[in-house]
Amino acid sequence: MAELRMREALRDAMAEEMRRDESVFVMGEDVGVFQGAFKVTEGLLDEFGEKRIRDTPISENTIVGVGVGAAMAGLRPVVELMTVNFSLLALDQIVNHAAAIPYMFNGNVRVPMVIRMPGGGGHQLGPTHSHSFEALYLQVPGLLVACPSTPADAKALLKASIRDENPVIFIEHESLYGIKGEVPEGEDEILRFGEAAIRREGSDVTIVGILKMAHVAERAAAELEEEHGISAEVIDPRTLRPLDLDTILASVKKTNRAVIVEEGWPHGGVGANLSTLITEQAFDYLDAPVQRVTGADVHMPYSRRMEQAAIPHEENVIEAVLATTEGAFPPAGGNSGEGDS
Amino acid sequence: MAELPDRQESLELLGRMCLIRRFEEEAGRQYQRAKAGGFLHLAIGEEATIVGTTSVMREDDYLIGTYRTHGHALARGTPANEVMAELFGRQTGTSGGRGGSMHIFDAGRRFMGGYGIVGGNLPLAAGLALASQYRDEDTVTVCMFGDGASNTGNFGETMNLAALWKLPVLFLVENNLYGMGTSLERHSAVTDLSHKAAGYGIEGERIDGMNVLEVRERVGEHLETVRSEGRPSLVEAFTYRYRGHSAADPEVYREKSEVEEWREKDPIENFIRLCCDQGVLSDDDVEAARREADETVEAAVKFADESPEPALESLYEELYVVSETMGWYAVDERSPEPHRGELGEDAPELARDLAESGAAHADGEDPEQQSRPGVRD
Repeated sequence: MAELRMREALRDAMAEEMRRDESVFVMGEDVGVFQGAFKVTEGLLDEFGEKRIRDTPISENTIVGVGVGAAMAGLRPVVELMTVNFSLLALDQIVNHAAAIPYMFNGNVRVPMVIRMPGGGGHQLGPTHSHSFEALYLQVPGLLVACPSTPADAKALLKASIRDENPVIFIEHESLYGIKGEVPEGEDEILRFGEAAIRREGSDVTIVGILKMAHVAERAAAELEEEHGISAEVIDPRTLRPLDLDTILASVKKTNRAVIVEEGWPHGGVGANLSTLITEQAFDYLDAPVQRVTGADVHMPYSRRMEQAAIPHEENVIEAVLATTEGAFPPAGGNSGEGDS
Repeated sequence: MAELPDRQESLELLGRMCLIRRFEEEAGRQYQRAKAGGFLHLAIGEEATIVGTTSVMREDDYLIGTYRTHGHALARGTPANEVMAELFGRQTGTSGGRGGSMHIFDAGRRFMGGYGIVGGNLPLAAGLALASQYRDEDTVTVCMFGDGASNTGNFGETMNLAALWKLPVLFLVENNLYGMGTSLERHSAVTDLSHKAAGYGIEGERIDGMNVLEVRERVGEHLETVRSEGRPSLVEAFTYRYRGHSAADPEVYREKSEVEEWREKDPIENFIRLCCDQGVLSDDDVEAARREADETVEAAVKFADESPEPALESLYEELYVVSETMGWYAVDERSPEPHRGELGEDAPELARDLAESGAAHADGEDPEQQSRPGVRD
């Protein structure tokens, strides 16, 4: 085990896979000389050179499309989009091409590529630079969606993504790049898609949290234990497609309550999807309506106070949990659901 | 004027062009009979641009096109049976009935697909070329697209990247003068498209896309430049489609006389006249080429008609590769059965039910088969 920051774990994943497989290369805006907007590709240019660490012009749709074409011809591109916000410019290549090509050509060609993109709010970057688009990509058949929350998972999942034959949307959270964690050493430490992690065992309520919200959920669970005597089980799905629904359902059947925490918008969100699945498949086990804790249904405001109010925090999770245990709805508020809109 | 090739090569060119013409005519007929569905974009009139180009490509060169690519696949050697079967939505089609007319594909012949999104194939072409460059192979990617695609963001982005990275791509604009129903001078500020990439450092040349010999000569030279110098190039081939943009096009945007004028430049008739005048081919040769095209297309219709529909159980197949890193996926998460371990072939009951209900609709009276989709595509 080595203690690494998230960004180092991600870099190591890419470096190890590039050493292992000549066909793996990295391209994106400022991944080379600048060493990555978030320093995730630091040092890679020195080791692998310009052929395999490629700085691109600011042309998101074309960067992704070039990756798709190269993957169709047998290479394994790792495309970095500087942020998830800019991935909107590449949606045509992601949805109509990367995701659709294997199916629409009947499996006669594959698109083994990874599209990495950091997102999330919290840095006062305002409406166009604070998005969470897990739900957007979760909806598209043909894509795999990874959203790791720890350095160990980030490394093992990125290695799996690079080796996988399917196009992968690999979502990172900007606030997690600096966190440290134990990372197992070994070239072949990979994490298969569709295996959730139970971060904390509990018996009263199941809290599902992704990316930064996995950490928020864990801290909320600790406080629930301490302050309210409530035993919360915390699950980090780690991948949203495929989703380890079995682990989540098993937990809900045990605790009879579920709270889902995400940073994205409430309408059609990760929580909306998951709460429907839980309701459909574990309705008889539920003692209270499934609760969602989400980002506010607005464009991220710049003001620090407003931004913080628009992002879920531990107290929002605790409120939602208490609502399930008391059988009452949480008070209406900026980030506890869709309200009356 | 480019010289005629030898008899064998001339026969080959004629045969391919006749096949495309005959195939497209028949495809149009089958569409009217509702054997082919969706949208249908025919390339009648554009045969010389297609065949002239593919005739000078190497077998290992990549070709990538648009939603008007039945002919491109045929020119690359894809059997007419498989292309027609794809139009009929059959399991034996090039894409197993999942792609349809706009998404013909034949990786074995390095025809890397037809694409339904205007301009969407340009970045892919750059990616294919990057793979060749990355592996030190001297294959060239030929990227064919219409005049309309030259207005997309992909055009500018891809020209810049291809020139910057010196990618071995030949961009070939099939300028048929209309982006659907909007004429060139009404959709592009610069109407000489051969100059449209000059600002990105890619020089271009305008050629007569109705003359198969000129296409061969000029495209052949560009191909070798791209191959030997390792940089992209652009050719604008002037061509014309006699039929509407798609089968649902009332053609209110152009005069019949314009179509007639272009018919005078017919790529096949002119090529035949030239071959016969110069004694390279005889009337019998021409007759034989036409007959062969007729027979091939007739057999293709029969093949397609007799081919099975895709199996309903295969609805979820080929969506994902299930491998070591992705050991399972939920075919449909609404299923109440356990999710992990599911593979395409063991689709849960719910997914099966969905497929069954789809079949019921497909087999029943479908009013939409009578009223075709609108012009907009």
